Amino acid sequence: MRPGPQSAFDAAGSAARVTGDLFWYFLIPLAVIFLIVIAIAIISIFRRHRGIEQEPLEGTHRPSAQTERRLTRVVTGASVLTLLILLGFIVASVATGKAISGRAMPSNAITIEVSASQWWWNIHYLNDNASLILTTANEIHVPVGRAVLIRGVSQDVIHSFWVPSLIGKRDLIPSRVTTAWFTAEREGSFRGQCAEFCGLQHAHMALWVVAETPEKFDQWMKAQLADAANPSTPSEQAGEKVFLDKGCSLCHTIRGADVEGLIAEGQVAPDLTHLASRMTIAAGTLPNNRGNLGGWITDPQSIKPGNHMATIPLAAAELQPLLDYLGSLK
Amino acid sequence: MTHPPVTPAGPARVWDEQDDRRALARTWHDPEGFFGWFRATTHQAIGRRYVLTAFIFLLIGGVEAMLMRIQLARPENHFLGPARYNQIFTMHGTTMMFLFAVPVMEGMGIYLVPLMLGTRNVAFPRLNAFGYWIYVMGGIFLYANAFTGAMPDVGWFAYPPLSGPQFSVGKGVDAWAQMITYTEISALCVAVELIVTIFRLRAPGMSLNRIPLYCWSMLIQSFMVVFAMPAVMIASTVMLLNDRTIATHFVNPAEGGDPLLFQHVFWFFGHPEVYIIFLPALGFVSAIVQANSRRQVFGYSAMVLSQVATGFIAFGLWVHHMFATGLPQIGEAYFTAASMMIAVTTGIQIFCWLATLWTGRLRMTAAMHFIFGFLFIFVLGGLTGVMLASIPLDLQSHDTYFVVAHFHYVLIGGALFPLFGAFHHWFPKITGRRIDEGLGKFSFWLLFIGFNVTFFPMHILGLNGMTRRIYTYPASLGWASGNMIATIGAGIIALGGLVFIVNAISSMRRGAGADANPWDAAGLEWSVASPPPPWNFTYQPVVSSRVPLWTDPALRTVVTGMRTDRREVLVTGVTEAEPQFRTVLPGASLWPFLAAAGISIGFAGSIFAFSWYYVAAFLGALGIIGWFWPSPPKDVEP
Repeated sequence: MRPGPQSAFDAAGSAARVTGDLFWYFLIPLAVIFLIVIAIAIISIFRRHRGIEQEPLEGTHRPSAQTERRLTRVVTGASVLTLLILLGFIVASVATGKAISGRAMPSNAITIEVSASQWWWNIHYLNDNASLILTTANEIHVPVGRAVLIRGVSQDVIHSFWVPSLIGKRDLIPSRVTTAWFTAEREGSFRGQCAEFCGLQHAHMALWVVAETPEKFDQWMKAQLADAANPSTPSEQAGEKVFLDKGCSLCHTIRGADVEGLIAEGQVAPDLTHLASRMTIAAGTLPNNRGNLGGWITDPQSIKPGNHMATIPLAAAELQPLLDYLGSLK
Repeated sequence: MTHPPVTPAGPARVWDEQDDRRALARTWHDPEGFFGWFRATTHQAIGRRYVLTAFIFLLIGGVEAMLMRIQLARPENHFLGPARYNQIFTMHGTTMMFLFAVPVMEGMGIYLVPLMLGTRNVAFPRLNAFGYWIYVMGGIFLYANAFTGAMPDVGWFAYPPLSGPQFSVGKGVDAWAQMITYTEISALCVAVELIVTIFRLRAPGMSLNRIPLYCWSMLIQSFMVVFAMPAVMIASTVMLLNDRTIATHFVNPAEGGDPLLFQHVFWFFGHPEVYIIFLPALGFVSAIVQANSRRQVFGYSAMVLSQVATGFIAFGLWVHHMFATGLPQIGEAYFTAASMMIAVTTGIQIFCWLATLWTGRLRMTAAMHFIFGFLFIFVLGGLTGVMLASIPLDLQSHDTYFVVAHFHYVLIGGALFPLFGAFHHWFPKITGRRIDEGLGKFSFWLLFIGFNVTFFPMHILGLNGMTRRIYTYPASLGWASGNMIATIGAGIIALGGLVFIVNAISSMRRGAGADANPWDAAGLEWSVASPPPPWNFTYQPVVSSRVPLWTDPALRTVVTGMRTDRREVLVTGVTEAEPQFRTVLPGASLWPFLAAAGISIGFAGSIFAFSWYYVAAFLGALGIIGWFWPSPPKDVEP
């Protein structure tokens, strides 16, 4: 049971790290208390067999007044000690809570709106400059060392944003806005998953957070802000036409796709402008490669039963160009 | 009103005990035959039925758990699809919380409390029968809907808007919400009658400071039921069901409702619910520890006050189920502190039991094995509960398998193990036969080992990122081995359950006969034959200490002069339990069943059309009129 890519034990973000420290601070005293309690219980079973002298209980069914007084002292002491230990826990917990609360957030944070739907994540990098607002899906890139504010909203039911290595949960609640923040402290790819039961495909609602150096992040941002590359080969051009003709564009956006005035700006499904740059498809369900993408487009309901992607019958002569085109959207 | 005479028991009896027994038997026996079965109102019959029915639901819920464990044993498993899996975990939680845990504790209370208090029945026998019928019909209603295709699939706390009209079409969620109405009515019936029974029907001399600890825990639990259950009925019936069936807009954000409102009201019930299940179990522990450590439980007052404090604090920490919703920090700090304080009141009780065990003369019966299992599992679950009270830790562990592990540790360890202990402890009293101790201990070891093998790895799975309520997971996340171990553990639990069932059935048929007090225990329930006659006490005892059967027999007295030709019980004062007057309890009646059936028909229909509530009101009113139809008095007071 070694930590995988979605483990709170493998902290890589500010919030997850201080929480991890707090975990051990709690665990060690609690484990000691547990061992003491169990030891007392087990010893009391074997006390009589070891020949330790016990007071007679016959008749009164009570030990002597002296024993009772001693027990009272011990129980009172243990209760007071419990209270003090708990006070220590409260202080530590509240201090850690303050360190990860909104007030402690550095002022230069980038703001990412995470908008959850059944069963995928719509990601908007917010910016005062409208031309720098970026929309993507199911994958977040963040620069190491800079605070990231997650602005959570939901389009349908309650979801919960959770990337264990970086940050604890924040529920995304329809009609409300919730926030949370973290700073990635090292490079890496970290998996997250919806943590609040959200219906049929709750199990397949994952996302990846890629923490990278500020330089790499800026490059990524620049590439993502660009429109989709123009299809260069005939097959890719045919694929673009399939995408626009067959109704894919009713739900999906590909910025820059344009064939004879047909454009793709559907808003109810993931933005595919740079699909080929992402690690996974179908909200973390499958690795992003040509085979999986073909299977997903052909029969999404057998891979993720009940999901809201329409099954569009495509001939092989249409599917192959479409995959060529989607594969070119770096 | 004249006070009945209180005379010392002794050889110079001027009354004929055999005559009195015959007369009491005529007065108290529940009617026989098929229709007679529906008319029973003695607390023993109703209590046994509650417990048996709840155990059937435990078995169903256990099978559902096994199906989930099979599905999760391997990554990307196809044993159950997402739809079926979501239905099954919803039914598992719902069955265990509403149809097993609360009713079984109520049933044990109904059976044991009058015997422990030295009285002949609960204060409202017909209400008791009514509560049972409503509970059974609620359970049948939920499962009848499930098997006809309307199975809820939104989890046992059914958060809107997922459970709302847009996202859960079909009748499954309606059936879930209405089933809660049934079981909560039933719980309220029991709570009211136990409160009155404990306050007013105690044996003379059983002043407040002599009430058995188990009865204290049932009293506090009953008060908690009175305050908590209306909240869940508001959440599930008023808000959610009405949003779904008649388009009220309480919790539906699409229509301006507030989904968090539901969470607040639900958890205002939901957290005390845990203690509603758990307090009676603490009562079992005290009774079993006292009988088997051969000494009075240490710290009676501390125990009672801790339980009272638990009853209050339990209502002040519901928000720790909602930390991830993002509340203002000051409120969060308050709820962290409150959640941790409940560990103090629980800790004091653990310390008192340890002190009792340390200075007692332990007798390691099967029941005691379960008590030690309780200590191990429950303390561990309580300590992870302290972690969950901390907001930062909760944000990582909330809605993961860490929480799944935590609440199974506290609920199975805190309630089920003491319940199984109680089952072994009181089995001779209830059935009149000894339960096989060897098989009992064997089933304990299977359950104890199986439990830890199943649930301990879940702590690690949760922190490794495994969220709750997922029907499958990819192999790449490193969760496969932990899940396989958990599934193997579930198999061991199932084996332990099987041994338990075989032991119960074979001991019931072929067990050695039990005398009145096989454990030489101190409670009044052990002073009557096993199983007790329907009237419990031929002469009601008079109590002069906390341990009536451990007091000098020469000092034990009984009440005489009660009439035997009608169901008379002695009513005593709330604090000192001084005899005040006699009252007559109603006898067997078909009306509670008819009233429950009429109301049930209306409730069941109301998920399809609101107008069925009128049917419920009309049939319920008819039933209640019949129920209260005056019968001619036997004769006037002499």
